[in-house]
Amino acid sequence: MFPGSNDERDTLYAIGDVLGHSVEPLWHGDATLKGVDAVVLPGGFSYGDYLRCGALARFAAVMEPLKRFVADGGPVLGICNGFQILCEAGLLPGALVKNRSLRFTCRRERIRVESTATAFSCLAVAGTSLEIPVKHGEGCYVASDSTLAELERERRVVFRYADGAPNGALHDIAGVANRAGNVVGLMPHPEHAVDPLLGSTDGQVLFRSAAKWLTTAERKAG
Amino acid sequence: MAYLARVYVTPKAAILDPAGKAVASSLKTLGYAEVDDVRLGKYVEVRFQADGPAAAETRVREMCQRLLANEVIEEFRFEVEADGQ
Repeated sequence: MFPGSNDERDTLYAIGDVLGHSVEPLWHGDATLKGVDAVVLPGGFSYGDYLRCGALARFAAVMEPLKRFVADGGPVLGICNGFQILCEAGLLPGALVKNRSLRFTCRRERIRVESTATAFSCLAVAGTSLEIPVKHGEGCYVASDSTLAELERERRVVFRYADGAPNGALHDIAGVANRAGNVVGLMPHPEHAVDPLLGSTDGQVLFRSAAKWLTTAERKAG
Repeated sequence: MAYLARVYVTPKAAILDPAGKAVASSLKTLGYAEVDDVRLGKYVEVRFQADGPAAAETRVREMCQRLLANEVIEEFRFEVEADGQ
């Protein structure tokens, strides 16, 4: 959580109340990750989106232990503003700029699963679509041609908008992963799609995947 | 010595700039038919201390690379002058 995050409660609800895992809120000033197994950077408007979305959160104290956690293979998911922060921090390639329409977009989207080789998609089925809402003003994914080619070649585009990008994102990219697959960022909000009351439970698979990924990693290590 | 850096951050030419496009189209609506293109960026003033003009430039370039601009999507240029104020 950073000053200006606003989806942390939904994220805690999704992983804790709905899926039954124990959850621990981490604050931007924390010097450690308190021994957690996985980290989610929630959506919102960290530091008021000053300068650029996610640009200032990168310097928060908690980002230092987070970088070590990533280097050690720990699963990290960035949702919306969390995705922007991971890009600004250099933990994921590319950047997110203003929607091509110039409008804030808030609606349910169909997101196609493109890669299951990541910590947050290993239980999903490649080629199927998930119904997950988007709500952002700066979600247009951009990267250099060479970075895009590399992402496609290495199958690191994890999620793609199935019906065309609502924000102008290059290659209809909704989410990408780092090379090791332990860091994933996406603009859609899986934490808003975990309860039948809200119309879709398709977001659950991302969090369930992380639990599976952790048990597999443990087995490998053991 | 006190210096003043004027930093200009603009979207890279290859990056679509929808905000600039919107401003361009508004200018045309106002009757400025001669407008070909608008790029919308940021202007930043930094007042700081440095040992000399060369050191000042090095520091400002670093500030731009590390924070003021995101080189994935933006380019920057700057001017440094002695700050008389």
